Amino acid sequence: MTATSTPPSTSTPYSELKAPTPVRRLLTQPTTGPLVALLLACAFFSFSSDQFLTGGNFSLIVQQVMVVGTLAIGQTLIILTAGIDLSCGAVMAFGSIMIAKMAAEGSLPPLAAIALGLVVCGGFGMLNGALVQKIPLPPFIVTLGMLNVAFALTHIYSEEQTVTNLPGPLTALGQTFPLGKTDITYGSLVTIALFLLLAYALSSTGWGRHVYALGNSPEAARLNGIRTSRLTIGVYTVAGILYGIAALLLISRTGVGDPQAGQTDNLDSITAVVLGGTSLFGGRGSVLGTFIGVLIVGVFRNGLQLMGVASIYQTLITGVLVILAVTVDQISRKKAR
Amino acid sequence: MSRISRLPSSLLRAAACTGAAALALTACGSGSGSGSTSTGSGEVKVGLITKTDTNPFFVKMKEGAEKTAKAEGVKLMTAAGKFDGDNAGQVTAIENMVASGVKGILITPSDSKAIVPALEKARAKGVLVIALDTPTEPQSAVDALFATDNVKAGELIGEYAKAAMKGKAAKIAALDLAPGVSVGVQRHSGFLKGFGATDKDVACAQDTGGDQSKGQTAMENCLQKEPGINVVYTINEPAALGAYTALKAKGREKDVLIVSVDGGCTGTQAVKDGKIAATSQQYPLKMAAEGVKAVVTYAKDGKKASGYTDTGVTLITDKAQDGVTSKDTAYGLENCWG
Repeated sequence: MTATSTPPSTSTPYSELKAPTPVRRLLTQPTTGPLVALLLACAFFSFSSDQFLTGGNFSLIVQQVMVVGTLAIGQTLIILTAGIDLSCGAVMAFGSIMIAKMAAEGSLPPLAAIALGLVVCGGFGMLNGALVQKIPLPPFIVTLGMLNVAFALTHIYSEEQTVTNLPGPLTALGQTFPLGKTDITYGSLVTIALFLLLAYALSSTGWGRHVYALGNSPEAARLNGIRTSRLTIGVYTVAGILYGIAALLLISRTGVGDPQAGQTDNLDSITAVVLGGTSLFGGRGSVLGTFIGVLIVGVFRNGLQLMGVASIYQTLITGVLVILAVTVDQISRKKAR
Repeated sequence: MSRISRLPSSLLRAAACTGAAALALTACGSGSGSGSTSTGSGEVKVGLITKTDTNPFFVKMKEGAEKTAKAEGVKLMTAAGKFDGDNAGQVTAIENMVASGVKGILITPSDSKAIVPALEKARAKGVLVIALDTPTEPQSAVDALFATDNVKAGELIGEYAKAAMKGKAAKIAALDLAPGVSVGVQRHSGFLKGFGATDKDVACAQDTGGDQSKGQTAMENCLQKEPGINVVYTINEPAALGAYTALKAKGREKDVLIVSVDGGCTGTQAVKDGKIAATSQQYPLKMAAEGVKAVVTYAKDGKKASGYTDTGVTLITDKAQDGVTSKDTAYGLENCWG
């Protein structure tokens, strides 16, 4: 409202017009809502279960969400560009079976197998991005197709067999080290580091600002000199590489290469993004919000299990949470206009 | 404008999520009846992890476990994968149950091999682990296995089909489960063994995932390929009913022999109605009940169950054949699940 009394000036940055106080800035952060919800959920479960509020249990929750969390970082990037990726779980499954099989049954040294897996997953991402940008096709359709392609390739390549007896380096990230009385897995640290890295890249680099601009209006972004084609393909490629890392985390967590993996992870990652306050229409949201969204799901699943609530209620509650989060997003969008 | 609207929006979001948390409260209040919070260490907890929440076989298994848990005065926790084959979901459930201090875990592994490392971790923490229905690979990854002998289940319907054909030349269709799933492989080879046939004698083999509509499609395609099919082996009764629908559309339902495995109530009723000739009935309720009892024994005197316990299988048919032991559908319906 105050902004309307000031004549609009192209040279004055938006932030100076608002001049928000620190408290107000905190309240208007899109991650504030999800964070409050997460804290409330934690408080609730602390009262209802003795085992919830322990370091070991929190370490467990982070371990449990690290795979979907890493997928969700890639998903956030793509959704910020107003896209969507339905293929992330399937691409991860292909990456994981490839890394596992190459290292356990093929002749590749483990590190080479991991590198190859990352490259292949990145390739899937690049192909998605190219089809979205160059033909162009809607991201929903491209990634739906790629979901089936990656799913089928996983089953063909694995011959429906679970790969066991993995060499040590493949499961290294699943190993733990003690921190005080709590055991932390290395994979959890990798996931947290990735979140921080991508959060920095989005908020503090030109690339990050371009991603938001692209999501808000591809045409405006293009007219402002952003190379939207290269940017889009880049975003999908980075996402693909993240799926490759998720593949490695998955192997390290379960200790096997599993062709059935990841079948609902595409939807789980979208759930996390939405719960974290990122808009499905692009241009609004953050990677840190997604981290909170991932934790909300993990905390609910773990907390309800500790209380002895059957798993079907966990699904019910997650569904309700998603609908509420999208509703809030829509209402706030309408008001913003 | 946007500044003013964004402040309530994030608060609104928080309020919405709080609402869902409240819903969690009501959900567990009205839930499985075991929603009370844990009190101290005196209570014995038993975990049951099934492949899915929705398959009637596992619903019955859960029912059997709940009943026994109540009778034994122990607390039952349940969890399931999101879909058949959801290994990661089962791993998460195991971890959460171990964290909550269960004495034993009963599990129907979604993936016989992939679940092994997670089970080993649980056993290392002193948790008794029993596989129900589906064995692990290797079987030694669990303390004990309570399951149907699936090879025997297949053999029974194979022997029955052989006797019912009375020397007529057989053209066999096999409506299987999915590649590489042990239950399906064992029943399939058991059937062939009982029938005295080999895979070369199977005119048409198709995967159905144990699903009725896919069973129907598979049968339609098999009839297209080989119209003379007169014996149909099916992995389970939904697949058998799908096959029946396809045969009926061609007016062939009277002269084709359908045999199946499972013994669900719908399936057993279909045997009574003459849609399926015979089925091998298994007993999920018993698997779960025995499992819970084994954990209770372990909690009381530290004695661990071990080895393989056959929970039994019975051939159910109303058209008994000489030389093949069977029970009628009255018995079948009394003991069916689902």
